[in-house]
This record gives sequence, C-alpha cells and structure tokens, in this order.
Amino acid sequence: MLVIKDLYAKVEGKDILKGINLTVNAGEVHAIMGPNGSGKSTLANVLAGNTNFEVTHGTITFNGKNIFDMSPDVRAKEGLFLSFQYPVEIPGVSMVNFLKTAVNEHRKYRNEKELSAGDFLKLMREKKAMVQIDSQLTNRSVNEGFSGGEKKKNEIFQMAMLEPKLAILDETDSGLDIDALRIVSNGVNMLKSPYNATILVTHYQRLLDYIVPDFVHVLYEGRIVKSAGKELAFELEEKGYDWIKKEQE
Amino acid sequence: MEDQNKLIHEVTQRDYRFGFVSDIETDTIVKGLNEEVIRIISAKKDEPEFMLEFRLKAYRRWLTMKMPEWAQLKIPQIDYQDIIFYAAPTQQAKYESLNEVDPELLRTFEKLGIPLEEQKMLSGVAVDAVIDSVSVKTTFKETLAERGIIFCSFSEAVKHHPDLIQKYLGMAVPYNDNYFAALNSAVFSDGSFVYIPKGTRCPMELSTYFRINAQNTGQFERTLIIADDDSYVSYLEGCTAPMRDENQLHAAVVEIIALDRAEVKYSTVQNWYPGDKNGLGGIFNFVTKRGICKGISSKILWNQVETGSAITWKYPSCVLMGDNSVAEFNSVALTNNFQQADTGTKMIHIGKNTKSTIVSKGISAGHSSNSYRGLVRVAPKAENARNYSQCDSLLLGDTCGAHTFPYIEVGNSSSIIEHEATTSKIGEDQIFYCNQRGISTEDAIGMIVNGYAREVINKLPMEFAVEAQKLLQISLEGSVG
Repeated sequence: MLVIKDLYAKVEGKDILKGINLTVNAGEVHAIMGPNGSGKSTLANVLAGNTNFEVTHGTITFNGKNIFDMSPDVRAKEGLFLSFQYPVEIPGVSMVNFLKTAVNEHRKYRNEKELSAGDFLKLMREKKAMVQIDSQLTNRSVNEGFSGGEKKKNEIFQMAMLEPKLAILDETDSGLDIDALRIVSNGVNMLKSPYNATILVTHYQRLLDYIVPDFVHVLYEGRIVKSAGKELAFELEEKGYDWIKKEQE
Repeated sequence: MEDQNKLIHEVTQRDYRFGFVSDIETDTIVKGLNEEVIRIISAKKDEPEFMLEFRLKAYRRWLTMKMPEWAQLKIPQIDYQDIIFYAAPTQQAKYESLNEVDPELLRTFEKLGIPLEEQKMLSGVAVDAVIDSVSVKTTFKETLAERGIIFCSFSEAVKHHPDLIQKYLGMAVPYNDNYFAALNSAVFSDGSFVYIPKGTRCPMELSTYFRINAQNTGQFERTLIIADDDSYVSYLEGCTAPMRDENQLHAAVVEIIALDRAEVKYSTVQNWYPGDKNGLGGIFNFVTKRGICKGISSKILWNQVETGSAITWKYPSCVLMGDNSVAEFNSVALTNNFQQADTGTKMIHIGKNTKSTIVSKGISAGHSSNSYRGLVRVAPKAENARNYSQCDSLLLGDTCGAHTFPYIEVGNSSSIIEHEATTSKIGEDQIFYCNQRGISTEDAIGMIVNGYAREVINKLPMEFAVEAQKLLQISLEGSVG
C-alpha cells in the first residue's frame, strides 16, 4: 500500500530525514518510535504533503501512485489520513459543516453521490457512538476550545467518518489521560481491518499496550535504525533510547 | 509560503460573475452639473417648491466644500461635469402584471437571481426594485397599506406624503453634512421611503435592490426610514452592478429615524462591480448612512456585508439621543485585487444609559487596502454610556493591507468603553488541516473566511445570510491557489 524508498527531507533548510525505507501493507499496524527530534513527525507530515517540509530525495508510492504527484487534498481523498499531533482550531466553522464537506469531497472523488443532510447526520451518529465522542463536540467550531483529549478524540472521530486506507497517528497518545487513551485506542482498534493499515508515531510504549503493532521501527537521526516485532517496544521501554544512541555511536 | 501566495493570487484573479449590461431605453439629461440641471431634475420629478429649495441650498453649499482627504484611500480626480445626473427608464407607466414590464429588465433580474414574483410569493419579501433612478415596480404595497405602513419610492413619498418628507428629510444627514451628502442632497434622483406607524410591527422584511445601469450615470439614491413610537421594521438592501470600464460614482444617503421604543434593523449586502483584477473600473461608493435613536429606548442596528466597489467610503453611524437607546454596527468588509475600503462607524452617545456595540471584520486579499475607522463619542451628559468595540482584520497573502483607526472621546467618568482589535493571517496550518481532510485549498479558504465572519453573518436575516456566504466565497475565488 505504501512504499517509501530512500527518503530525504528538510525543514527550514535543515536535513531531518536521511534515507528512510519503509513498506506498509494492508492489514498491518506499524509503530514508529524514537527520541525527540528524530524525525517522526516530519515523516508523518511529508506523507500528508505539508509544504513546510521539503523532500530532497527519494520516492513514495501510495496505492501504486507517485505521492508527489498529488496535492494534500488528493492524497486525503486517495485514503491517507493524518491524525494531527496538534489539531488546528478553525473558529466559526462548525464540526458538522466541516465534516460534511470533507465526507462529500471524498465521495465526489470516488464518483459517489453526495450524502443528504439526513444520511450524513445518521452516519455521524453511528460513528460518534463507535468512538464514544461527546455529541456536544460536533456542535462546536472545529477544535475551538476543545481540551487536549477532546481534540485527539475528535481526530479519531474524523478518521471514523472518512474511513481511510492508511491512517497515520502522530503522537495521538500525547496529552491523554488513561481513560481518553483507552477510548482513542478502542476507536483505532475498531476501525482496523484487513483492508487498511495504521502507522502509529509515538514516543512512548504506553499506546502500544492498547494498539498492538505488527512491526516496531526505531527512528534515530533521520533513519530507521532498528525494525522488529512488538517485543522491540518493550525492550525500548526497559532500556530507554540511550541504548539505541549508544549502539549507533 | 511561496505556494500559498501563488494560490491566494490565483483564486483572487477570477472575473466578476455578475458583469453584464442590460439594454434598456433610458431617458437621460445632458452631462454636467449646475443650478439649471438641478432645476431640471426637480421639474422632471414634479417636485414641490421646498424640495427644489433643499436641492439648491445643498448645491450652493457643495460648491464651497472640498472632497474629503482624510480617508486611507487613493481617489482619482472626479470630473463632475462629465457625469449625467439624471436617468430614468423610459417606461414609467405602472404595471398591472409582469407581462407589461420590459422583458429586458426582467432578464436582468433573472441574471441577478432575483425572480421578482417568485421572491415575493415564496419569501414574503416586498421588493421595491430600483433600476437606475426611478422605481419601476413596487410590490406588497397593499398588504403594507392595510397596516398604515408606507413603503414606496422617494418620489412618490414626495408627492403623497410631503409633510413627512418636509419634517424628516435631512434630520439625520443634514444637506451640509459632508461633501458627498451635499452632492446627494442637490441631485438625488430617487430611492426608498418607509414609514412605520405607531405600535406597528412590519410583518415582512422590506427589501430594495439597487442597480446601476445606464452608462456613465452617477447614482444618487436617497433613503429615508421613519419608525414611529413602538414600531419595528427590518430593511434589506442588496446590490450587484454590471461590468464597466469607466468608474461610476455612487453617493447615496440613508437616513433612519427611530422614535420612542422603535427598532430599525438595516441590513446590506453590497456587491458592486469592484473593478477588474488590474484595478480598472469599478464603482466609487461614497455613502452617508446615519440613524438617530431619537426616542427613549429606541434601537438601530446596521448590519452589512461589503464585497464590492473599487473604492468604499462608508460609515453607517448612530446618534443615540434618547435615554436608554441602543445601537449596533456589525460589518464584514472584504477587499480583493486593487479594491480600497475605508469603512466603519460612528457612535455618538448623547442620552443617558445608552449602549452601543461595534463588531467589524475586515478581510483583505490581493493588493487591496482595507481600513476600519470608527468614532465613539460620549457626550458629558451621556451618563453610564456603554460601548463595546471589536475590530478584527484577516489578511490573505502578503500584498494586502489592513488598518484600524479607532477614535474614542469620552466626556464623563461614569461611562465604560471597551475596544478590542486583532489582526490575523489566514493560517497555512488551517488550510493544510482542511486539505488533509480532502477539502481543496479554495474551498478551505471560503470556509475559513465564512467562519471568521460568522458572528456578523448570523445577524443578517436568513435569506440574506445565505447570499452573503456565497458572496464571500465568490469574491475570494482566484485569490488562493
């Protein structure tokens, strides 16, 4: 589904990614771990097409298509979803209006009929129940005045609405209390299927207690320096990132 | 950032959608302005002596005045001798049915999306359609007449209700108020007149569509709204204009008088031709709008969404004379390409316990300049006056400008004045967030701008709010890419 080859990227003139190789297939859950500043969020943003990040080398194919030929909104409509580390507030734009536009843009892209207001609200009720989001949140402006936990839940709710092929969760666990973490993880687990894939970008092993990955990759100074099964996460938790750092030196 | 600017540039470069000229026979007089022309206008309209005197007085005063230069605007020299000051559609007969109306005129309305008959049937809005300077059709007059409400063209009011005109004309905006008001007072052609009798709630939204049509004809509309004791009226004004190369002068005057406990809500959606993307052509809009909260506990609300005109010079204001009177000004002003807007309000507190609120949302794109200019004045006797002002500016791209000029004069110590101002750029992160959910950049900007303006748009009557939202989106098309 996703193939990254020898990817290099810069932010504000600084090299961050220095040769990433990664393949993600349908039905898989990949965790990307690593110390602060190792390039985890950069990778997530490059995949989503954030123009603040400049790709200097390498290829990425998504669904067999060159991802660099697609604008961020087309990537989204191709089924790539990014759960933001810091979801953005859009004052005055209601969640309902925002999501209805988003869902219908996806449908138009797939040559499907736009949902009527009634059908849309029905879909929203179903998905709200699924991810246990407070129904008040959807009446408010996009992320405006939401708590940290509410913002993250709202990301998962949007993911449920858009049903992506590939979901990239950027530090979705940060700032969550244990209850919120459980709700968010449950949501992600329920959305998992043999037809979609998930990339978890996280600093801590904690999230992986709830969402069990098939593969764990350690990102360090812009490269994946270690890949293994879920047991790698426990090893990291025990030994800390210093262990990786020492190994690299 | 480069991409962003390019995008903003592209979306704002699209052409004006309502640009077309309709071909209606027009009865015009020769170009230029002098006392003779004013006498001709007055005679053509068969006006009583007091009207001619009012016009001449204004004209003589205007000759001694100078074009105001304090605004944050670059205004080209206007040759008043090159303007036709009167144009009336030649078919002046009253129509019994739409079949009798010039089909070209009806097509014009259709292009504008104003199906006259359908609109009055469906929405219960009485439409007094003004094409060029004379009212062609007035609807719902009978329903209104049953309640003693007068809603007619200004010329009709001069004929049938000269006492009201003589009493109130110039009360809110005196003939010598300012350069453009004096010019309007001298040459105004027509406009609307509304009188709501004591204790009457106007059962429908009153609406007038103005449209500048005859080539090279300055438009000088005059509107007078009087709400007698304990009455209520909501008045809608909306406009689009045909595409032109030449600049067209528009200097309207709107006067509102609210007597004891009366409430007047005046909403405008303004979409005059703003000039092309190189800044060529477009309407000059120099408007004087003022309301007087004359009675105790009276209330006047100005709501406006402004997207049009090459140059806008406009400050809908309120004089809060009656004790406990209330005034509000809610505005969204959007400028794009080379548009210039200097707009705002004046709130003059004279009565005790008077309260005013100002919410101004400016949106600038392209190479435009958008200024808010507001005065809050509290007279020494206006004890316990309250004002809250909020002025927000939103910038799209880095070639436009936003300015805020708040003036506050407080003459006593029991009043409370609050002023808040923000300037923000439309966030790349907001656009990217929308993109990531599958929403194109163009749609994202429309959505974000509408969200930003929602507080004001929500104050508009329903059918106007929908139109205003579309307008904001259309006006920004081509501005982001």
